[in-house]
Amino acid sequence: MNRLASPRARLAVVGVALAGVLGTVAVSGLSDSLVYYRTPSEVQAQPTHGRVRLGGMVESGSVVRVGATLRFLLTDGAHDVPVAFAGRTTGIFREGQGAVVEGTLDTAGVFHADTLLVKHSNEYVDGRGKTYHPPTPAGAAAP
Amino acid sequence: MRSITIERPVGWLAVAATAAAAPLTLVAAPPDALQGDVQRLMYVHVPAAWVAYLAFGVVAVASAGFLLRRDLRWDRAAQAAAELGVGLTALSLVLGSLWARPVWGTWWSWDPRLVTTVVLLLVYVGYLGVRGLSTDRMLNARRAAVVGVLAVVNVPIVHFSVVWWRALHQPPTVLRPGGPAGELPVLMLVALLTALAAFTLAAASVWLRRIRILAATDRDRGVPPAGAAEPAVPELIVTPRPETSGRQP
Repeated sequence: MNRLASPRARLAVVGVALAGVLGTVAVSGLSDSLVYYRTPSEVQAQPTHGRVRLGGMVESGSVVRVGATLRFLLTDGAHDVPVAFAGRTTGIFREGQGAVVEGTLDTAGVFHADTLLVKHSNEYVDGRGKTYHPPTPAGAAAP
Repeated sequence: MRSITIERPVGWLAVAATAAAAPLTLVAAPPDALQGDVQRLMYVHVPAAWVAYLAFGVVAVASAGFLLRRDLRWDRAAQAAAELGVGLTALSLVLGSLWARPVWGTWWSWDPRLVTTVVLLLVYVGYLGVRGLSTDRMLNARRAAVVGVLAVVNVPIVHFSVVWWRALHQPPTVLRPGGPAGELPVLMLVALLTALAAFTLAAASVWLRRIRILAATDRDRGVPPAGAAEPAVPELIVTPRPETSGRQP
């Protein structure tokens, strides 16, 4: 019997086609709903009152520590969102680098975060010959 | 035996590559300016992930080979590669978690790369499970081969997850259009590629040994020896084997 005409081969073709269609639908569907974080522009255009995850760059020169609260601006280049984070910074948090915060946006437009994650770039730099400072709890711009 | 003669040199090459990778990754490569020495986890985390991709690619090719040839040698190659891929994916997740804690500030986050990698792991654990559903060796091999061909679609999904979706995980540094130019100091790249060679050779060595053990197990159980294909027209078998549940292949 011709191999391609056998029921098993036809089943395999149908199976692969079905998997392809399901995969395409899943990828295109997920692209809309599977959003790990929202950008400052999106959060300001459509403020939500529930818990949100907000991601952007920590604007240079914006990091200040007031008592136990760390304040900084998260930007996507177009819009900035002021963030207040009450907690210890972990990871390699610093200015001019990506960060993702979790929390809620208040009516004044300030984002109150309870989780702060560092999003580092895909770039690596030779750290030899430079003094390496481990990240301090106060962040890079601590007074 | 042929497989043993290949096993030896591959094993020694794996040892040599590991001996070269250890000083390169631990001493010669500079620490990252931002992350410090913890960035050296790259030299085990990334090869574990890449060789897992490779192993799942081998599963797909061997599974297709089995579906076309109905020769259990292809099936054993697929099984050995899948076991390797599952172990390496789990290793990559654990090492990634260890790396994420000091750098991102968390052990785990529901990020697309992390979630798709867990799905990849579970799919191939499922593949290994499918292999044991029946007592019929050939039926198991056939079902597993279909899963093995389809499941490989997860590999590009994992790799491109950081490109398609917003993620906490950074996008690729080396496996991207344009390559690693300018994103990675040369010594880091050399260390990474040497570690990759060590992982690949060590994986190949384990794979060859595992295939030999699986072949010996099949022989002990009275499965037709390597190279003996299934009868072309199974319907003509008059007396069914005692183990088969009367099910036609």
